[in-house]
Amino acid sequence: MKGMTIIVQTITRLVKIFILLYGLYLTLTGHLTPGGGFAGGVVIACLYILLTLAYGRQWALRRFPRRLAGSLDSVGGFIFLIVACLGFGFGGMFFVNFLERFFPGRPFALLSAGTIPLNNIAICLKVAASLFLVFIVMAGARLLEKKDRTYDYKQEEEE
Amino acid sequence: MIQLLPLFVAIPLGAAFLTALAAFKARRLADVGSALATGALLVLAVITIGRQGVYPVGGFLAPLGITLVLDGFSVLLLLIVNGIGFLATLYSISYMERYTSKYKYFTLFLLMIGGMNGVVITGDVFNLFVFLEIASIASYALVAFGGEHEELEASFKYLVLGSVGSGFILLAIALVYGATGQLNMAGIAMALAGTDKHLLIAFASVLFLAGFSVKAALVPFHPWLPDAHPSAPAPISAMLSGVLIKALGVYALARIIFNVLGATPLFGMIVMGLGVLSMTVGVILAVGQWDFKRLLAYHSISQMGYVVLGIGLGMFILASGGDSVVAGTALLGGILHLANHAAFKSLLFFCAGSVEFRTGTRMLKELGGIQEKMPVTRLTCTVASLSIAGIPPLNGFWSKLIIVIATIQAAFTYPGLLVLTAVTVLVSFVTLVSFLKVLRYVFLGALPDAFRKIKESPFFMGVTIVSLALLCAGMGLLLVPAARGAILDPAIEALKQGLGYGSRVLAGM
Amino acid sequence: MVFPLCFALFVVGLYCVLAKRNTVKIVIGLAVMEYATNLFFILLGYRKQPRLADVQAPIRVSVANLDDFFFKAVDPLPQALVLTSIVIGVGVTALALALCIRLYQRYGTFDIDEMRRLKG
Repeated sequence: MKGMTIIVQTITRLVKIFILLYGLYLTLTGHLTPGGGFAGGVVIACLYILLTLAYGRQWALRRFPRRLAGSLDSVGGFIFLIVACLGFGFGGMFFVNFLERFFPGRPFALLSAGTIPLNNIAICLKVAASLFLVFIVMAGARLLEKKDRTYDYKQEEEE
Repeated sequence: MIQLLPLFVAIPLGAAFLTALAAFKARRLADVGSALATGALLVLAVITIGRQGVYPVGGFLAPLGITLVLDGFSVLLLLIVNGIGFLATLYSISYMERYTSKYKYFTLFLLMIGGMNGVVITGDVFNLFVFLEIASIASYALVAFGGEHEELEASFKYLVLGSVGSGFILLAIALVYGATGQLNMAGIAMALAGTDKHLLIAFASVLFLAGFSVKAALVPFHPWLPDAHPSAPAPISAMLSGVLIKALGVYALARIIFNVLGATPLFGMIVMGLGVLSMTVGVILAVGQWDFKRLLAYHSISQMGYVVLGIGLGMFILASGGDSVVAGTALLGGILHLANHAAFKSLLFFCAGSVEFRTGTRMLKELGGIQEKMPVTRLTCTVASLSIAGIPPLNGFWSKLIIVIATIQAAFTYPGLLVLTAVTVLVSFVTLVSFLKVLRYVFLGALPDAFRKIKESPFFMGVTIVSLALLCAGMGLLLVPAARGAILDPAIEALKQGLGYGSRVLAGM
Repeated sequence: MVFPLCFALFVVGLYCVLAKRNTVKIVIGLAVMEYATNLFFILLGYRKQPRLADVQAPIRVSVANLDDFFFKAVDPLPQALVLTSIVIGVGVTALALALCIRLYQRYGTFDIDEMRRLKG
């Protein structure tokens, strides 16, 4: 895939930062307004898909290799689990919202709601990385070639 | 102890992420990490024996939040899942050398174990669905792990049927939520206790039955199993046949019907009917098979029929107000057979894997005469075969005997049930015939020239099959009063309490 | 009234899974079943109100008049559940399509009638 025409490439270059910001906004304010880690992650994954379509697969994979995506996928899941397990140490219970006790925050402030923003960030990482991975793997599969080394395995996203 | 309950889910998931993260650098890390994780899970499972309790996740209490519930039935299933899981990990260390990207295998394997543990300990219907899907998706991918024609075809078939089953389960959950406004199992049980049977609940029960029957591969819903189980790598066949269909199918079905929605006599009869059908059809189809693992897969269907027959008989007697002791006997038979089947069927799949590992084939007609080359495999395979056929000192005999006794006892009240006794004994006999064929064609006879140089299976595989064979020989000891009081009786009590589950869980056990 | 339509949609999906011979169409049928269930779940959250305009999305816009809000808002729990079930659906669909691609590479067809290595 060589990418698309210069018009598409220019427009993509112009809007990409806004898409990224929108995804981050959805993620970071997920505990206040509709959105959250999953929606934000999907938006960010869509940005990468747009870049891949506009600039071609080689370009995208050079900047965001598949192995990095796989690692980020696992890191996201792992952060989620660590936050849940920290509840053991601080709150005495799995998944307990331990930060809320120490930093109560005002309702509707950005820094509030304890561990929920952290979980949102972890989910955003995981969803963005794994959706991008799914797209890249499927786009990379050549339909009629007998020998193909891409192995499609798909990890399910944690909710 | 109850504080450690979430670790059953947290350890395998964490190990899965770490394996995926780190293991393409250091190859041995995946082996060691997975073995450590599953070993730790086994230790935890052993600690849970004889305990019970309720764990509110995140500090939200029972009717509102998600709870994890540990009771007798969960403990038994935790022991089975993590015991077989640990042995399968050990076995995989040697067996999976033939495949590339072993760390992906271990990632999926650990996700599957985490999902099954979650299904077993959760106390929330929707959470059960989530864990069920985690385990199912991991198993779809694992069946396709080889990436050849047969594996992909089997995996696709499994995925389509499994997803239809999951769709039924989700719809049933939605109906239950609509009818009661609760998702917590205890909350639903409280809302339904003492009321008349709502039509919606009956509909939901049927949908649950259909969904979980797909997962448990009972006969009208079985076509995926004989394809999926032989196609997977041997340790995964053992996990699927030995554990997955029990944890996702029979455990979930029994839990939902007994403790959440409430059993009715008609429903018990339907479940019994499914059991008898699976038993006979499975064994009849198994007799004509020439593929070693495919034959074992059909026997899985047949043996699951025994388990479901025992549980359905208990359900029927309890719901129609019969003798509680007879119902207890039937449930004991079903549950003990569930545990026994996990032991001997995993052992058989491991043996089939060892034979395939060394000879490269699993067609019975191409094998033969390898008894001198692989004496350990031969011995353990004989033990397992005699056990599944119900030959006295081994474990399969005791559970089948108890099921037969239960049907005879029940027949005093309902004489028609004597048919069940006859069918049970007959199926057991056909099973014996079928396994004599296996032993004859694999281990006896003339040794083909191609197999002159084969050796005994590698160390880890040998350790696994020997320990499982010892387990098969010794599991009859579970019926000794002390062991029975610790493991089996709490499981039966958990099922017999029926909708009383709700008030007990809400009171924190 | 709307609920039976969800079941109709579910049955349409089931029919698609059972009757179609094309692997991709089977996956579409699975997705339709999934969406029918999700739709049913969402509809369960609706609360009967005198006027339709009174029903609010379960988002708290201000701290004031909380009691009024609790009375009017639709049930938020099904929405959370449906989000989870959509994520699961994405996983299943992605895996199913990956399998379709691999099957096409191996067999050169999407027709399940021609994939018959396994039988018995």
